[in-house]
Amino acid sequence: MRKAEIVTAFLLGIMSLYFMWKSGEPPEWNPDVGRFANIGMIEGEGPGSGFWPFWLSAIMFLCCIWIAVNWFRKTSPLSTSEEPFLDAYAIKMLVLVGGGLFGFLILIEIVGFYGAIFAFMLYYMVVLGRHSIVQSLVIATALPVVSFFFFDIAMRIVLPKGYLEPLFIPLYDMFL
Amino acid sequence: MDVLASLIDGIFVALEPMNLGLAIIGVIVGLFVGAMPGLGSVNGVAILLPFTFVIQSVTGTATSPMIFLAAIYYGAMYGGAISSITLGIPGASTAVATTFDGRPLALKGQADKALVVAALASFVGGTISNVLFTAFAPPLATVALKFGDPEIFALMLLAFATFVGLGGDDIPKTIFSICIGLVLATVGFDIVSGEPRLIFFDITGFSHGIRFLVLAIGVYGIGEMIWTINSSRYGTTMTEVNLSFKGIMQSVREFPKTWKGTSIGSFLGFFVGILPAAGATPGSLMSYGVAKLTSRDPKSFGKGNVDGIAAPEAANNSASTGAMLPMMTLGIPGSPTTAVLLAGMVIWGLQPGPLLFSEQPDFVWPLIGSFYISNVIALVINLAFIPLFLWMLRMPFTVLAPLIFVLSLVGTYAAYQDMFDVRLMVLVGIAAFFLRLLDYPLAPAVLAIVLGPIAEPKLRQSLLFSDGDFSIFFTRPIAGPITVVAIILILLPLFKFVRDKVRG
Repeated sequence: MRKAEIVTAFLLGIMSLYFMWKSGEPPEWNPDVGRFANIGMIEGEGPGSGFWPFWLSAIMFLCCIWIAVNWFRKTSPLSTSEEPFLDAYAIKMLVLVGGGLFGFLILIEIVGFYGAIFAFMLYYMVVLGRHSIVQSLVIATALPVVSFFFFDIAMRIVLPKGYLEPLFIPLYDMFL
Repeated sequence: MDVLASLIDGIFVALEPMNLGLAIIGVIVGLFVGAMPGLGSVNGVAILLPFTFVIQSVTGTATSPMIFLAAIYYGAMYGGAISSITLGIPGASTAVATTFDGRPLALKGQADKALVVAALASFVGGTISNVLFTAFAPPLATVALKFGDPEIFALMLLAFATFVGLGGDDIPKTIFSICIGLVLATVGFDIVSGEPRLIFFDITGFSHGIRFLVLAIGVYGIGEMIWTINSSRYGTTMTEVNLSFKGIMQSVREFPKTWKGTSIGSFLGFFVGILPAAGATPGSLMSYGVAKLTSRDPKSFGKGNVDGIAAPEAANNSASTGAMLPMMTLGIPGSPTTAVLLAGMVIWGLQPGPLLFSEQPDFVWPLIGSFYISNVIALVINLAFIPLFLWMLRMPFTVLAPLIFVLSLVGTYAAYQDMFDVRLMVLVGIAAFFLRLLDYPLAPAVLAIVLGPIAEPKLRQSLLFSDGDFSIFFTRPIAGPITVVAIILILLPLFKFVRDKVRG
């Protein structure tokens, strides 16, 4: 945890500096305005567009320095922690669950929401939950079916269907 | 009398079939999310917020979706006790204190008694807080009408300062959390100058701003689930509950003996709930402490004292209504759940704040009426369907977790039909998990994201009005004292630090 604390503070500090840099960005349509011209008071207009995000980002940066100082002085709980940031279980869980979620996002582009829901449920229940194939298949099939009738048919909110789109045309003909 | 007449009208609207049906469904959903370890009211309202668009499009009013979400909030407060007592794991942080005596009583074979006391104390706490809410809200809204831009900004500063001074989390991390929430709320186009701001890496998806839903569902849907999967690695054992009508009635008859704990929880919970950064969790813990402190038999606390169940349960219900008070009258939420509710109101086209009471009585009074109705529904459903909720608690987490993930992704897409939102939401969820692991409090960030779009214009208007002079926040009769209190709260940790140094 100790290492993770300082590494995170460093990364968040860099992010804060990036936010400060971005906040002072001049608008593209007005090249005469210099960077950071918008972070102070503008005559007759009050604070500029970058005022609020810039100074808040500056406070964020100062907080990261504060966290680092606490870390060096070992005054914060995590700065003295001997525990690992992620143990073997947490790493495995993150890879399996996080990987599953990223897989879900990729599958939405290919087979659409309903196909991705089916695959994700099946993966999660069989691989992570160790449920029986039959039970997993029933739930993994029922969920996209219920979702389809709720969103596409009842609520008319069309979810992306990817390459499975042609399969849904007969259903639209039947129910819409 | 006006208040009473408005309340009665509101109750009748809340009793209309559609609203009543939504309140019943909301309470059931709330009881379920409240009972499930790892889920709480904030997860329930955040994940289901996108679905309220559907309710609004069907009913054509903002009242019905709000009744639905408020009912979830209510139900969750009741539901937390079920897993606290039968599993020994609080269904939500608001039910932590219920575990102290609820679990020992269950282990003595009196889980039924503990569940009945928890439900009845929740009902009494909810009822008392509803009456207090009805009495305090209209006058507070009238006073708040006199607030100008500097006063409203000072109030927001006070809300954030409370997190710093009283939140109890690491100070720099709390301030960081508030600031990042406020900064993320500025992404998109500046409403005053029209200039683009913080369009990260020139990704066009950021040009419409980072939607609150994306952050709320990311933090409370994806992030919370990953957190729960990581932290609930060791299994739990459920206590057997033998429920009978006779046993329930016996516990109902004995309930008046808990009057002291229930009263402490009801009143203390309400006033603690009003404070930003406080809410139902500290309210219930404080009520438990006071009930123990004032008890004739404090040694029996922690061993199954019914007052130790009644006090926190009355308090968490009461605090949830208390947290609605600043949200409805001042437009400042007192807890993450009310922050989501406030965001919902903005999404449905309402302007939260004091004008709500004078300009939107058709929204306000049915909602307040629904608090009373939901409280009754929650009691009845809770008592009648305890066996059902116990059965649902047996649902494997490996089925519930993917369901929540799917609901989070589909819900985020359904709200704005934008895949960028869905991808960003997943990233936010994973980032939230890591930040939580490193003790960064996330509740201040969620509140900041909601309050940011209100706070920034108020600050800019104030400074425009004063020609850039910050003394405007100190010299006005209402803004001045509020700002001073906020600054004292921000400096409170410094005072404590100096005091500790002096004392060596």
